[in-house]
Amino acid sequence: MKHVKTLNTKTYASRAIGSGCGECQTSCQSACKTSCTVGNQHCERRVDENTAKKDQNTGK
Amino acid sequence: MIHTFRRLGSNIAVDTESGAVHVLSPIAYKMLSYIKPPLTQDMPVSLRYSLARFDSSDVEEAYEELYSLYEQGELFSDPIPLGDISKALSTRIKSMCLHVSHDCNMRCRYCFADCGGYVQERKLMSLETGKRALDFLIEKSGGVRNLEVDFFGGEPLLNFDVVREITRYGRELEAKHGKKIRFTMTTNGSLLDDESIDFINAEMSNVVLSIDGRPEVNDYMRPFEDGSGSYETVIPKFKKLVERRGDGEYYVRGTFTRRNLDFTADVLHLVDSGFNAVSVEPVVLPEESEYSIRKEDLPAIFAEYEKLALEYIARAKAGRPFTFFHFMIDLDGGPCAIKRAKGCGSGCEYVAVTPDGSIYPCHQFAGEEKFKMGNIFDGVIDENIRNTFAHCNLIENPTCADCWAKYYCGGGCAANNFHMEGNVMKPYSIACELERARVEFALAIKAALAK
Repeated sequence: MKHVKTLNTKTYASRAIGSGCGECQTSCQSACKTSCTVGNQHCERRVDENTAKKDQNTGK
Repeated sequence: MIHTFRRLGSNIAVDTESGAVHVLSPIAYKMLSYIKPPLTQDMPVSLRYSLARFDSSDVEEAYEELYSLYEQGELFSDPIPLGDISKALSTRIKSMCLHVSHDCNMRCRYCFADCGGYVQERKLMSLETGKRALDFLIEKSGGVRNLEVDFFGGEPLLNFDVVREITRYGRELEAKHGKKIRFTMTTNGSLLDDESIDFINAEMSNVVLSIDGRPEVNDYMRPFEDGSGSYETVIPKFKKLVERRGDGEYYVRGTFTRRNLDFTADVLHLVDSGFNAVSVEPVVLPEESEYSIRKEDLPAIFAEYEKLALEYIARAKAGRPFTFFHFMIDLDGGPCAIKRAKGCGSGCEYVAVTPDGSIYPCHQFAGEEKFKMGNIFDGVIDENIRNTFAHCNLIENPTCADCWAKYYCGGGCAANNFHMEGNVMKPYSIACELERARVEFALAIKAALAK
């Protein structure tokens, strides 16, 4: 596109269904404890999926 | 809801409900001030006149592109159906701030914890209480596998032996119950030695090292009990810990006050001292305090975030990036919409436990009797307090519901809301302004680095 560049490739809606599992890290606006905000923490299920893919690729 | 803004040379539109972030041409950016949903496939004739100063074919092209975003659900998108979040919050607890010490060897002038004492007598947590706290966490965690225990205080290293034994016990519980406990610690660093450094690096998934930045800034705000400065003591200890830590996560974490609104200098001092994961955050103190951040300080602070953001971009482009906590934002991963709506989970899935085993909604409420939720020994939680915090979510808080930045913020800090505005549901307005500005800068940094 000439007039628009979208920075992200995924949106929230695609992750709203079946989520809220509670496995992700507790967030805080301050780095006084867990050091992630809601804006930058990871989804643990995606981390697990990526680890599983990696293991699959390396034959583990 | 969309939000448009210009920062660091980029025109940006945020589509709140989808989380889509678009960098726009001047035409498209200007066009957004004239159009609102529902959009029609054919460009409104009025736009030709409103944007007459631009080439007409460019105007049509820009409209087509914006319309395609709208059709894809990435512009003016509908609210995500999240339902009743407060009911979705189960009674499980999965994260605990363990106050292993209500004592501290420093006397930081801004300490919310009454210099470690939390308005109560200075006390260390016993090993028995610490183990019982972990048992309580396991009991309350239900089916959640990933749990968190943060060693906090006061200064946790004043009780290092107990910290070590609680951790060992936690590892036994992990194996027995199929859990994974993420241990973390916040420390002023003054008591670090080889043993505690090696322990922290082996066992703590993250460690927060408290220091304000430049020596003169740090030593004024963070003196020892005898009034002497702490910088020269803690800096070499932090350096040793970080050198030995390898790839392990850590942050050096400082606080800026009205005395150092030029905090970019403190951030860069820490980065140039060898720490590339830094957070420097605004103090939260009553307005009458001589160090507090007031509304009239905001323009200077925004200018300072801009200065820091430009340096952040320059260093990233020069191959010398560093991490600044409040500029971190994940546009493609991040948590699900439900987690964003319920934010930090204080008083619900996250609680704090004090040395005597009392439970509070978070570390910033420790010692406040009206917020005492119970104790870890009988494990009975005050449901009224829990429900109060369950309602602190984006859907039920009308101020948050209308804010474009809500899904990045997660609803702010209930403790700040209560201490500054008198109500956990009333967002602390200065914090909101700072958060929105920081998110704008974080997104503008993404835009700049994507060019």
